[in-house]
Amino acid sequence: MCEIHARAQFLVDKWKTVIDSAQSPWSWVPSSSASASHNVVDDEGVQGYLSLENVCLFKPCQKERDPNHIEEEEEVEEEAEEYEDGFTDTAMLVQRHDMTLRHYDLHILYSDSYRVPVLFFRAYFTDGSPLSLGDIEKDLPLSHANESSDSKWTFITLEEHPYLNRPWHKLHPCGTSEWMKLLYLGDSSSTDRNRVGVELYLLIWLSVVGPMVGLKVPIKAAKQLIDRS
Amino acid sequence: MEGGGATEAQKFVWQGAIPLQIHLHESEVTSLPAPPPLMVLAPRIGYLPLLASQLKSHFGGALPPGVDTIWFEYKGLPLKWYVPVGVIFDLLCTEPERPWNLTVHFRGYPANILIPYESEESIKWSFINSLKEAAYIINGNCKNIMKMAQSDQVDLWNSISKCNLEAYIRISSKLKLRIIDDDFTECLISRSSGETDSAGSARTGRVPVRLYVWTVGEDFTDADDAPQVYDWDKVSYVNRPVEYQNKGKYFSLGDAVKLLLPNYFKEKPQIDSETKTEVEDEHTNADEGVSNSSIQTKTTCSFPKARLMFVRVQGIVPKLEVPFSWVVNNLMNPDYFLHLCVCIKVSQ
Repeated sequence: MCEIHARAQFLVDKWKTVIDSAQSPWSWVPSSSASASHNVVDDEGVQGYLSLENVCLFKPCQKERDPNHIEEEEEVEEEAEEYEDGFTDTAMLVQRHDMTLRHYDLHILYSDSYRVPVLFFRAYFTDGSPLSLGDIEKDLPLSHANESSDSKWTFITLEEHPYLNRPWHKLHPCGTSEWMKLLYLGDSSSTDRNRVGVELYLLIWLSVVGPMVGLKVPIKAAKQLIDRS
Repeated sequence: MEGGGATEAQKFVWQGAIPLQIHLHESEVTSLPAPPPLMVLAPRIGYLPLLASQLKSHFGGALPPGVDTIWFEYKGLPLKWYVPVGVIFDLLCTEPERPWNLTVHFRGYPANILIPYESEESIKWSFINSLKEAAYIINGNCKNIMKMAQSDQVDLWNSISKCNLEAYIRISSKLKLRIIDDDFTECLISRSSGETDSAGSARTGRVPVRLYVWTVGEDFTDADDAPQVYDWDKVSYVNRPVEYQNKGKYFSLGDAVKLLLPNYFKEKPQIDSETKTEVEDEHTNADEGVSNSSIQTKTTCSFPKARLMFVRVQGIVPKLEVPFSWVVNNLMNPDYFLHLCVCIKVSQ
């Protein structure tokens, strides 16, 4: 439990140094501020979660020549047409278009059961209404790319956020330790790994999990890490 | 449990049921006179929405037109359908309310508070997920659950929704989820038959425990006088495995709770712990295991006035000296989790 805190702190620091101040940084939310009753179960004050909130991950943007974004816009148009077939209310249509801006809140928690980090997230439109799982699935670049292949570790469930007591989406962690072993030499229970390795763990983890929710680990951060190790 | 038959305590747990008197929420009553409340027995190991068909046939005629999504409420608090009925009752019912009066809604699902409920499939998947997590804790992987045959999955779920312990034991034994041996009972048997300790039995392991930690401000002497939970934010829901290490030492329910809630049990510092604490902490973390000794060497306590009021499991408030292995093997739920309701008093 202390380890996730250390790794988290490392990630928070790295992220800050490489990302423009314009983008919101990761921050550590200790459990005490999340829920008063958690104080009692808190172990050493390191319980809590990493939080990156209000990320507009899928903002359609004309300037960027990213093929993903163009695809996104086409999708929006298709949706609009579908809508027109069913309804004639044009006001609804406009609103629908505005609502293509999606906000994501990402929290990384440590699972005592699976002994790995777990990603919890929620997605909502600008007006605060939540996205349906269907909408989210359309947003997530890797989840539909992977659909045909082995997707047992990419599936999403709605579960209670352990600190916030509210339903959040969760990327199921049961395969995490297996693929982390592939990426990260030495298994999660070994005691003699080096310090940099421990700190790297979370960043490596995020480099795999992040893209599934459209979040890329900045190349600068990755480079710095390689230099260090 | 691995021995084949059910234990006596398991039979009691599976036969356990809560007498409920269910009222349809007044805002959903469109008939005159309003339908009378329905009396039902809800199995402890079951889930509230499993009563849906019974409730629908009783209240259906009174409902306004629209789409049904069932949910329950107790004195304004929406009840979590993914928590077993017995656990909700142990947490929320104020004594001596019999039958327990609940309100059912078929409209206006509080989606911001509760995980969406679609059909019985929702509960089934919630259960399977929980079972998977338990399997991971016990075996270090969930292969046995992932590989379960479709027919077994259906049979397993039916055994729970229909409260059929025999069928449950038959199917669940295929999952090879061996938690820990009940050394207490074993001890009794070997003492009476003169056998020596069986070799190769599971002596160490991780035990899936789901804690419902409920903090109260007031004092009370009897568990029955505990104040009511009005808000889920007063209850922390913690999945934390117990590292069970039986090195010939007696390990009680109280020992397990101590491991699970280290902060609360920091009041007994050992001699020279001041110097030892820092070094030991690093060691423990590297091991990723929490050993008994390290707990006792921790000296700081952020809540010196926290006090354990009681631990309730399957409707009983067992003594903390009861062997943990017995509690696990006899009182766990069919998802292989031991659901413990823990009440802690914290002085403000």
